[in-house]
Amino acid sequence: MATIFIDNAPRQANPKQNLLHACLSLGYDLPYFCWHPALGSVGACRQCAVKQFRDERDTAGKLVMACMTPAGEGTRISITDVEAAAFRAAVIQGLMQNHPHDCPVCDEGGECHLQDMTVMTGHRSRAYSFGKRTFRNQYLGPLVNHEMNRCIQCQRCVRFYRNYAGGHDLNAFRLRDNVYYGRHEDGILESEFSGNLVEICPTGVFTDATLKRHYTRKWDLQMAPSICVHCGLGCNTTAGERYGALRRVVNRYNHEVNGYFLCDRGRFGYEFVESSLRIRHPLFNGKAAIKREALERFGSILSEGNAIGIGSPRASLEANFALRTLVGSDRFFAGVLDEDLQLLSPMLRILREGPARSASLDDVEHSDAVFVLGEDVINIAPVMALRLRQSVRQAPMRIAAGLHIPEWLDDAVREAVQDAKGPFFIASPYATKLDDIATTTHRAAPDDLARLGFAVAHAIDDTAPKVTGLSPEWDTMIAAISAALLGAQRPLIVSGASCRSRSVIEAAAQIAWALRKAGRPANLSFTTPECNSFGLSLMEPRALSEAFQSIQNEPTSTLIVLENDLFRRAPASEMTAQLRGVQHLVVLDHLVNATTEAAELVLPAGTFAESDGTLVNSEGRAQRFFQALDHSADVQESWRWLREGSVAAGLNNEAQWQSLDDLITAMAAEIPAFRAIPAVAPSRSAVGKIAREPNRYSGRTAMFANISVHEPKPVDDPDSALAFSMESGPEAAPSSLIPFFWAPGWNSIQAVNKFQGEVGGPLRSGDPGVRLIEPSQESGWQYFTAIPPQFKAQPGEWLLVPIFHIFGSEELSRHAQGIAQLLPRPYVALNPVEASLLGAKAGEQIKVVVEGALFELEVALRADLPRGVAGLPTGLPPLDGVMLPAFCKLAPTGAELSARGAS
Amino acid sequence: MLSLVRSLWEVFRHAFARRVTVQYPEQKAYLSPRYRGRIVLTRDPDGGERCVACNLCAVACPVDCISLQATEDEHGRRYPEFFRINFSRCIFCGYCEEACPTYAIQLTPDTEMGEYKRENLVYEKADLMIDGPGKYPDYNFWRVAGVAIGGKDKGQAENELVPIDTHSLMP
Repeated sequence: MATIFIDNAPRQANPKQNLLHACLSLGYDLPYFCWHPALGSVGACRQCAVKQFRDERDTAGKLVMACMTPAGEGTRISITDVEAAAFRAAVIQGLMQNHPHDCPVCDEGGECHLQDMTVMTGHRSRAYSFGKRTFRNQYLGPLVNHEMNRCIQCQRCVRFYRNYAGGHDLNAFRLRDNVYYGRHEDGILESEFSGNLVEICPTGVFTDATLKRHYTRKWDLQMAPSICVHCGLGCNTTAGERYGALRRVVNRYNHEVNGYFLCDRGRFGYEFVESSLRIRHPLFNGKAAIKREALERFGSILSEGNAIGIGSPRASLEANFALRTLVGSDRFFAGVLDEDLQLLSPMLRILREGPARSASLDDVEHSDAVFVLGEDVINIAPVMALRLRQSVRQAPMRIAAGLHIPEWLDDAVREAVQDAKGPFFIASPYATKLDDIATTTHRAAPDDLARLGFAVAHAIDDTAPKVTGLSPEWDTMIAAISAALLGAQRPLIVSGASCRSRSVIEAAAQIAWALRKAGRPANLSFTTPECNSFGLSLMEPRALSEAFQSIQNEPTSTLIVLENDLFRRAPASEMTAQLRGVQHLVVLDHLVNATTEAAELVLPAGTFAESDGTLVNSEGRAQRFFQALDHSADVQESWRWLREGSVAAGLNNEAQWQSLDDLITAMAAEIPAFRAIPAVAPSRSAVGKIAREPNRYSGRTAMFANISVHEPKPVDDPDSALAFSMESGPEAAPSSLIPFFWAPGWNSIQAVNKFQGEVGGPLRSGDPGVRLIEPSQESGWQYFTAIPPQFKAQPGEWLLVPIFHIFGSEELSRHAQGIAQLLPRPYVALNPVEASLLGAKAGEQIKVVVEGALFELEVALRADLPRGVAGLPTGLPPLDGVMLPAFCKLAPTGAELSARGAS
Repeated sequence: MLSLVRSLWEVFRHAFARRVTVQYPEQKAYLSPRYRGRIVLTRDPDGGERCVACNLCAVACPVDCISLQATEDEHGRRYPEFFRINFSRCIFCGYCEEACPTYAIQLTPDTEMGEYKRENLVYEKADLMIDGPGKYPDYNFWRVAGVAIGGKDKGQAENELVPIDTHSLMP
């Protein structure tokens, strides 16, 4: 720590940082625009001027930009200096010269960094009396809205979009006061991270187009800390409600997980909560019922006994545990196919019994050599891809360090580094959008990817099993990958379940373990398919196939399906046959799907916004989400339905759970893996009340006056310390319970500065979440020896691999209004060489026979697919029940091809 | 004795003094145009709805008796989908009028709002809307704001230059 003097007061600052960072970390209010903790300094806006003095005798001083000046030992600055303050006021006067007179109709109003900074500098009215420059807007797609007149040319959008997120289609055009930020022509923004422009833009140029349809000011939102449910990473979000409906989701800073950014699926997927497919009332044989009737019916079904439960990888631990307790642990089955469970369990075993640690997303960003094996990270776990994109800057940072350029001096670092990138290798079945930063890429069928992984492990440590029969052209690649990983200080291996190949997962582990054995602190990062995949597997449920066996064996049986569309997991005909033996099918879910339509009794389960619960992300971090909406009518948490059903049936095992905390305590006592779960967030009684509503919340006495003029008492929340009101206790909320970031004078999301110990660092009371998975300290682990044989293309048959799409492959976000406009159409992807052999052209229909089902699909040509491999988008109806990877037969639409596949 | 006579005289004199009691309701008291009574929503000089649903009145309201929801027409003009004032809570402080950036919400010199049922004091947009511009006859927010709406394109607001042609090669 260095001692710096701010207005003659000695303060401690990080000497590796700049003065703006130091001032903000120390709690001073210093206005800025172009600087961002994740993007570094460029000194473009001139807003953070302070006066720097040579020593204590220097009274004249000189104006410097705080963001461009290091916080070196003995630095003396003044923020309050008259000249500095006047300079800052003059700068903002210039920036505001062309700003339109439209705050009342601007979606940023009330959480606008420009408003905050203008108030902070004291600028009031425009002195320049000539005309205002204007721009035309562009159509940027259904997610982001563009209003270019508001721009203050700070450059942040382009720096984020191009430099940080690797996008290409947003740029700065023209010059002087005419600089225009947009695309070369109207069109949908291509980046998967375009939604972050909403937060990164200090004013209202880029705003949330989904929020615009049901606009609410930040001060009017009832907000709660939440966790994104649209992939396995568990990014922290803030969900906001108004008038009983979920209005928007914004990023909630968690240094270890998502940092400052979300992907578009996470930010805009929330609209599924208000989808027309929502189940709002219990359904009995397809007819709406009231809650009392539904519970009576549920109770009588349960009292017949013989109930079995199918859990869910997208339901909270609490909901799964309630079901497990209701039916008994020996009658609780995994809500994923055996094939998927046999991927998740080994991943967990690898992370718990092996020596390699599961990497947090912050670790991912700071890795200096990465090998991605078999994953299309950007479409499966998008924020991890954003972090991986930063990891290639780690190794070249040494060039900048050699030139004594500090890391935060962004433009200088980029100039020094030029195009140098750290070692980053991708081996995947098809090309991914991260390939542009890769040192080398390799495309192969899953079995060959696994062989490559095992070969790399053997090259790192020759006690690892050798892969025989490798083609010699792989040798240089294997040598390059192993040398780079061995040469790194923080190597990382990324893999996951998306190839649906156990060998790929084991090969990834093999590399990490070999590196550990060679003394390198290698991390391992697996992506998981759903938001609580690891949570469900940690409960050690029985395999799904056994559930169907017991249905066939027991004559009177009840099946309870928790938040799970079984028809997405297997072909419809197969699933219908499996469910035929079920007498009573009870389904708890949010949206109408094939499973709820087959059910006798459907109970409306609360989504993430209407319930509390804990999810375990792909790092093994348990994180809690909290209710943002006080659920009205019949929607309630799944665990409450299950508990009330068991009470109605006269069962006693859940009766004592009055609140979420009771359930969590019971769960921690019952399952050893969840012993730390109560520490994820403070219990309801551990902290004082925390307001979900900002203290500017409006309309309290009018919003429901049309229904009743007598204001209702605020709803009591039995499950958490968060209150459905504006009333808060005096103490600051613990980090896991921060409902929104706000500080006096800081209305925008940049108020998060005030909640961090050091700007850009962990939150002051620690980052939310508890890691449940730690590597074993013992050295008893063994290398995997099962190396798959080489993949051989079969004549007339193609191996169909799943192709993931950020929009479409995930079950819930598909039903969000904005995202629904971006879904791809079902297709089959073919290598052009093979397509021409078949006589198929791009865009034509082709017959695909896979697993006894016949589809007619459009052909998409992808030159990146290996020979003998075809791709099918996963999760898109009608392909969502297809089990991949699988072999398929292809034929032109005219040709004879029966569903049995005989051509 | 003397005081008695003086009192009698005073009473007698008042019998001929000018009456200050106003015979309300037969006779109306004068309330200045700036009196803070019943709240109305006004229209701009072109007859359009002035309220742009910015929520500033609602947030300024110390008793939180205003609630509204913003929406937009197909040309981007923003207006309230509903606008509700619960007059049974209103304290007629006038903060809403002060906060209003478009002069839409105005307090009027009308205080005759008594009701037997509190429900009837909940005014919706139809009850609040008047047909004129109220105290500010000239102001039209959309003529100054730099957003395009139906009938007013970019660059057509007061004191605005024509939009930059981003495809021009001129510097």
